[in-house]
Amino acid sequence: MIRYVLRRLLYAVPILIGVNLITFFLFFVVNTPDNMARIHLGVKHVTPAAIAQWKAEHGYDKPLFVNPEQSGLKAVTDTLFMDRSLKLFSFDFGKADDGRDIARDIRTRMWPSLAIALPVFVIGLMVNVTAALLVIFYRGTRLEYVGVTGFIALMSISSLFFIIAGQYVIARLWQWLPISGFGGGIDAIKFILLPVLVSVAAGLGSGARWYRTIFIEEIGKDYVRTARAKGLSELRVLFRHVLKNGMIPILTGAVVVLPLLFTGSLVTESFFGIPGLGSYTIDAIRAQDFAIVQSMVFLGSALYILGLLLTDLSYTLVDPRVKLS
Amino acid sequence: MRLWTVLPLLVVLLSGCGEAWNNPYPHEEAGANTLYTVFEERPKHLDPARSYSSNEAELTGQIYEPPLQYHFLKRPYTLEPLTTVAMPVVRYWDANGRELPAGSPPAAIARTSYDITIKPGMRYQPHPAFAVLPDGRPRYLGLSARDFEGIDTLKDFAHSGSRELVAEDYVYEIKRLASPRLNSPIFGLMSEYIEGLGELNRRLLKDAGSLPKEAWLDLRRYDFPGAQATGKYSFRITLKTHYPQFIYWLAMPFFAPIPWEAERFYAQPGMDERNLNLDWFPVGSGPFMLSENDPNRRMVLARNPNFHGEAYPAAGEADDAEKGLLADAGKPLPLIERAVFTLEKEDIPQWSKFLQGYYDASGISSDNFDQAVQFSPEGEADLTPDMKAKGIRLVTAVTTSNRYMGFNMKDPLLGQPGGDAARKLRQAISIAVDYEEFISIFLNGRGIAAQGPLPPGIFGYRDDFNPVVYEAPGKRRSLAQAKKLLAEAGYPNGRNARTGEPLVLYFDTAATGPDAKSRLDWLIKQFRKLDIQLVIRATDYNRFQDKMLAGNAQIYEWGWNADYPDPENFMFLLYGPNAKAGRGGENASNYGNPEFDRLFAQMKNMANGPERQAVIDRMTALLREDAPWLFGFFPKGFSLQHAWVGNLKPNLMANNTLKYRRIDAGLRQKSRAEWNRPVLWPFAAGALLLVAVVWPAWRQYRRHEERRA
Repeated sequence: MIRYVLRRLLYAVPILIGVNLITFFLFFVVNTPDNMARIHLGVKHVTPAAIAQWKAEHGYDKPLFVNPEQSGLKAVTDTLFMDRSLKLFSFDFGKADDGRDIARDIRTRMWPSLAIALPVFVIGLMVNVTAALLVIFYRGTRLEYVGVTGFIALMSISSLFFIIAGQYVIARLWQWLPISGFGGGIDAIKFILLPVLVSVAAGLGSGARWYRTIFIEEIGKDYVRTARAKGLSELRVLFRHVLKNGMIPILTGAVVVLPLLFTGSLVTESFFGIPGLGSYTIDAIRAQDFAIVQSMVFLGSALYILGLLLTDLSYTLVDPRVKLS
Repeated sequence: MRLWTVLPLLVVLLSGCGEAWNNPYPHEEAGANTLYTVFEERPKHLDPARSYSSNEAELTGQIYEPPLQYHFLKRPYTLEPLTTVAMPVVRYWDANGRELPAGSPPAAIARTSYDITIKPGMRYQPHPAFAVLPDGRPRYLGLSARDFEGIDTLKDFAHSGSRELVAEDYVYEIKRLASPRLNSPIFGLMSEYIEGLGELNRRLLKDAGSLPKEAWLDLRRYDFPGAQATGKYSFRITLKTHYPQFIYWLAMPFFAPIPWEAERFYAQPGMDERNLNLDWFPVGSGPFMLSENDPNRRMVLARNPNFHGEAYPAAGEADDAEKGLLADAGKPLPLIERAVFTLEKEDIPQWSKFLQGYYDASGISSDNFDQAVQFSPEGEADLTPDMKAKGIRLVTAVTTSNRYMGFNMKDPLLGQPGGDAARKLRQAISIAVDYEEFISIFLNGRGIAAQGPLPPGIFGYRDDFNPVVYEAPGKRRSLAQAKKLLAEAGYPNGRNARTGEPLVLYFDTAATGPDAKSRLDWLIKQFRKLDIQLVIRATDYNRFQDKMLAGNAQIYEWGWNADYPDPENFMFLLYGPNAKAGRGGENASNYGNPEFDRLFAQMKNMANGPERQAVIDRMTALLREDAPWLFGFFPKGFSLQHAWVGNLKPNLMANNTLKYRRIDAGLRQKSRAEWNRPVLWPFAAGALLLVAVVWPAWRQYRRHEERRA
């Protein structure tokens, strides 16, 4: 297994290089270092000399990929791309263009992201699986039709609608919870409840429908017939046997997103004023802060690769027939 | 439903017994003399040498104290001493170093000096940079990695200190404007005026290159003629020219004092990686200090215990006493203890929290406008009954800014190469584009159509009309007149008289998205009135900037917010040598008119008075005739304030007005409790719904199990 993990980690290196190259290329297709300097220096009284000094101070005065003033290997290494990329592989994110330490910001902001994403993930998974199994239980009845229609209706609605409706009804009309914000300690609960509730509701339609298709496939298998023949109650059959055997596809979807919980949700965090990594990324894109954008894309890719690896490893835990080689 | 699934909700509900459930603030804060407001964007810089955005000035303006400030109540805007004992003494010198009398011709003035004397006894806010050991040595100097264990923010330093503010601190800050490490946005401008500032920058650039990037660059070692301390409490700023508008810069945080100890403190290894620097943790002497700095969530200003003291003004405009604006005359400032700024990026939560009483003030977005404001038959804006019932007040002010549509005067078709025909074409377009309609449709009436480049509140503004575009006040010239001008320009019915081809013009804009589309569609229709085809060239802001710098745009839209209340700050937007294309200046239309330029040079050196007004009138007349801009409109700011907020008088120049604000915390607490009673019937409805769903499911389950049995 160790060899398998090492091999997968080595595969990750060219993927991360590729992702980084694409990020770099796309960013500088639409931005120039001059534009970035203008944004950071403000729109008034900006002189060419000030732009040149800003670029020199932030290392954006170097050529992007090839430095014609250097020879040999230095022509490639003494470039903006290499300056900005090499350190990433040791997770040294450096400074944002506004001077803040990126690693420190990430460490600070991942907790609010996690405070929302983890309950959404856990509660959402439980609710979705339970809803899917209940719909299976009532298959062929009106309750199933109502359930499936409900899932389709929920998945057809934009998540933005859930956010705005949730904020309007629960926070403004009924005045149960703060409409936005975040707090530390026990205070955090009152801020987390609404985004968690809204996110779970927004994910219920697609999640439950997906799990339903998995369980429908399982329910026709021989072991289910055997379990029923042994006189087990239907709920026991579903929640004990079908659920256990349906774990592999569930794990595929669930474990892969586990590491990404740290990076938060772009829209939810922005609307609910959660100071997490999702809003951090959105702010950086708006401010054209390349250092943050590059770091967050790199981190997201690395975490996704980690998620895929964890998914593979988790297969071996839930299904002894699966061997990693 | 199991108990644990509802437990978090119960915890919240029970913990909130006796107060509103939706209160976003800790219950200990109820009744505190605190102002609650928002910031919509994370500030980038709080270092006074770098900060130039209005959202940053909301914070830095309360913390840092430049020598001067704008009087809170007097209009027109009037400068007064803030940390100085009197207004600066301005002296003029000729090329031989001889002092000239006041009123000397600007051409004879080679240098101008400002002698400034500050009040003794002012002290900085408590800060660890000033903390000392019993033997007098700095407590936090030469910190090792071990010393930083457990240090995340300034509050984690157990000790703090203070010291008296001296003239050298002002000089130090002026030197910082030239620091290559700071990239002050006004360095380019100031190096044109402050003697030796450019040279200082070159010296610093050279020396900074030989130092490690993080090492402290001690600016005390650098002497330069532009700013020198002449005593413990006095210093002199020397300009290499005559620049009367410089005095206004002395009311901006760029010229606030910075203690060198703070720079030395923050330059230590380990500080910057914790984001401990002057950009995020200011050190000032103003009425407030930044007590909580979480730019991702909230920033809190708390009263500075070392503030030197200042009294609420005792005089203002004639009707200020009647409006209750002098009720606090003579009281010590600041009138509030704290101000909490919460990051709120979206309109919906911001507006909802304002209506719930959790923010003391709010702007009005287009989405909420109809809910908040209605117009009387006479066209006067007033609050809706719902707002009035809550005691909310509407505060309006025409901003000292403009939004205009410009023609690129380098363009062969529309610009100066096109000669008289192009001028008539520009005039025709000026008549056709109906800005009154624009203000009505897109701004809900929040603006006034501009008749010239100067907004109200700026010296030189006249409440008259542009005779090129209007026949009488409020009466735009007819389309027939515009079409006549178009025909004289060589485009009868919007077609080239020679070739018969339709006239196609190009509008460059960085505005995209659904909101922008409706505005752009409206603009196309305005041009269509003259049978001119307008092609929109929408792009991102970067590309737009590049086009403007290269002079490649044909028609564009832009605006300007006043730095200071002087006509020079608007007229320079059309001064030839300030052209954007090729020179990188702020004259985005690249307009050049020798007569205008001559008058500008004359006007900028004049004192306000009838003679200056006459020059401004001539300049305005030239602009109206040449029409390099459609003057567009002057936006009108509308803000809503709750009944418990006092001393509201819009001051569009000052950024340090928080100290005058008054809060009736008792009224706020009462109103919040009244407005935020949780609605309980949904709990009962939810329980019924649950039963309605669970009961048939349970029956179905029982039937299923019984069938199997």
